[in-house]
Amino acid sequence: MYKSTLAQLSIALESKKISSEELTRLYIERCNKHNNSLNCFITITEEEALKKARQADKKRASGDYNLLTGIPIAQKDIFCTNGTRTTCGSKMLDNFVAPYDATLIKKMNDAGLIMLGKTNMDEFAMGSSNETSFYGPVKNPWDDCRVPGGSSGGSASAVAARLSPAATGTDTGGSIRQPSSFCGITGLKPTYGRVSRYGMVAFASSLDQGGPMTQTAEDAALIMNIIAGFDEHDSTSTEKPTDNYTEKLNNSIRGLKIGLPKQYFDESLDNNIAEVIENGLKELEKLGAKCVDVELPHTELSIPAYYVVAPAECSSNLSRYDGVRFGHRCKEPKDLSDLYCRSRQEGFGKEVKRRIMTGTYVLSAGYYDAYYIKAQKIRQIISNDFQNVFKNVDIIAGPTTTGVAFKLNEKLNDPISMYLSDLYTVSVNLAGLPAISVPSGFINKLPVGMQLIGNYFQESLLMNVAHQYQKVTDWHQKIPQAYE
Amino acid sequence: MSIDKSEVEKIAWLARLAIDKKDIASYCNELTDIVDLMEQMNSVDTTDIAPLAHPLDLFSRLRIDKVTETDQRENFQENTVETKDGYYLVPKVID
Repeated sequence: MYKSTLAQLSIALESKKISSEELTRLYIERCNKHNNSLNCFITITEEEALKKARQADKKRASGDYNLLTGIPIAQKDIFCTNGTRTTCGSKMLDNFVAPYDATLIKKMNDAGLIMLGKTNMDEFAMGSSNETSFYGPVKNPWDDCRVPGGSSGGSASAVAARLSPAATGTDTGGSIRQPSSFCGITGLKPTYGRVSRYGMVAFASSLDQGGPMTQTAEDAALIMNIIAGFDEHDSTSTEKPTDNYTEKLNNSIRGLKIGLPKQYFDESLDNNIAEVIENGLKELEKLGAKCVDVELPHTELSIPAYYVVAPAECSSNLSRYDGVRFGHRCKEPKDLSDLYCRSRQEGFGKEVKRRIMTGTYVLSAGYYDAYYIKAQKIRQIISNDFQNVFKNVDIIAGPTTTGVAFKLNEKLNDPISMYLSDLYTVSVNLAGLPAISVPSGFINKLPVGMQLIGNYFQESLLMNVAHQYQKVTDWHQKIPQAYE
Repeated sequence: MSIDKSEVEKIAWLARLAIDKKDIASYCNELTDIVDLMEQMNSVDTTDIAPLAHPLDLFSRLRIDKVTETDQRENFQENTVETKDGYYLVPKVID
């Protein structure tokens, strides 16, 4: 039962094969059994989950229920949850109990989903390995000497090990897609503005987007039907109407034009990754899609541009952590400056401080035009490149990551190397486009993800293509042996 | 472009981060490396390009001037260390 997708669990609950309480207890037991070794969860909300499960069973019995009522889910610890602590993987918020629910959390609670707990993450979503968390690194269930990816590493690891049937993540530069690729699960970053950011602790406000991390594209569509939509509490939320994301899953993809950027498939792409992706593309071609070569000529500039914009926005967003109203406060501050400086020095980890310093530098007088404005112009160029390509193709495909999950500590002391590994994901955030990573094969028993990028608000198309791919392949059904 | 000690100290003050003296050298090196990465942006001419602040054409939405928030001061102040009479307590600011 713990290997079931959300769609399958919905049927099992409907047919009374299992109760929500039994199902929730099953996942809680798996979480308690494996969390010490994987460290996926910062907080497991056992009592509250079982209480909500019993309420869900009553709702089902009385006929007052939804498709996903009573199904457990894991929530990334970046979403504010009323009454349950929200840490963002940081000492700064170690004791912070949010006084309200994020819109995404409220929507999922109202839909009847049961929160199992808050998943571990890179501190304040800054990182690509889940090694920067104050609560220790998360392990990849496929090889516990390796990282799960980041920043949504806890969510990816939990779903891959089936400690939860699905989870939520956030993606600023690849933080849903990259860990999904490293852990062999499906992860969708929606179009910027599609999912409300209210209550989602901000890292880079023009890049951040919350989304589903699931076993299948179908499950991602079920979650999108709940979380997508306009929110008056989020000034960057789009009023564009949502789709019914499950409606087009079974459309044929005959005639679909897939763009393959020359820059993604050049000589620097690892041969093994190239082979896996090429096999994935062959499956799509067998379904009637056509691959064409395209160009995204400024792909390489996306890394420097991202590592200007994201730290700049982070330095601004994290200035709210001053030890006054919430968050870590240093002991016996001498004066107000000491309060600010020492609280922040003590509360933030190395990578977060590095990015605050970088962001402060690029926004400071004398450097703003050279770096920040320049990066915003690069952003326009990158966005234009994508629009040029989308004139001739429906989606763009390529590898999600430059390699498989690397070993713990391998890149921790080399931040530039860590940043360069985000090559295929950051440009999508800079342009605000939607993208999905789907499991596409293995190299030396480690998962590899294929990324599909769509034009604005084409989440339905992306999940349709992914679903058709998952009907003819079974990569997404593989579970690491230790968690079978 | 190299970031030196005085630059690191200036940035740290702007960011209100208390940097340990022993960490200054590594901040100099790391920030220099990151700035070198950023300099790659100069490989393309962007003279006639408008900066993109935001991926979508959004505009600031206004709402009706009506009170919708309730007083939740006590609830919100649960997360701080010291309060008195509804005020947050901090070290003395004015001499």
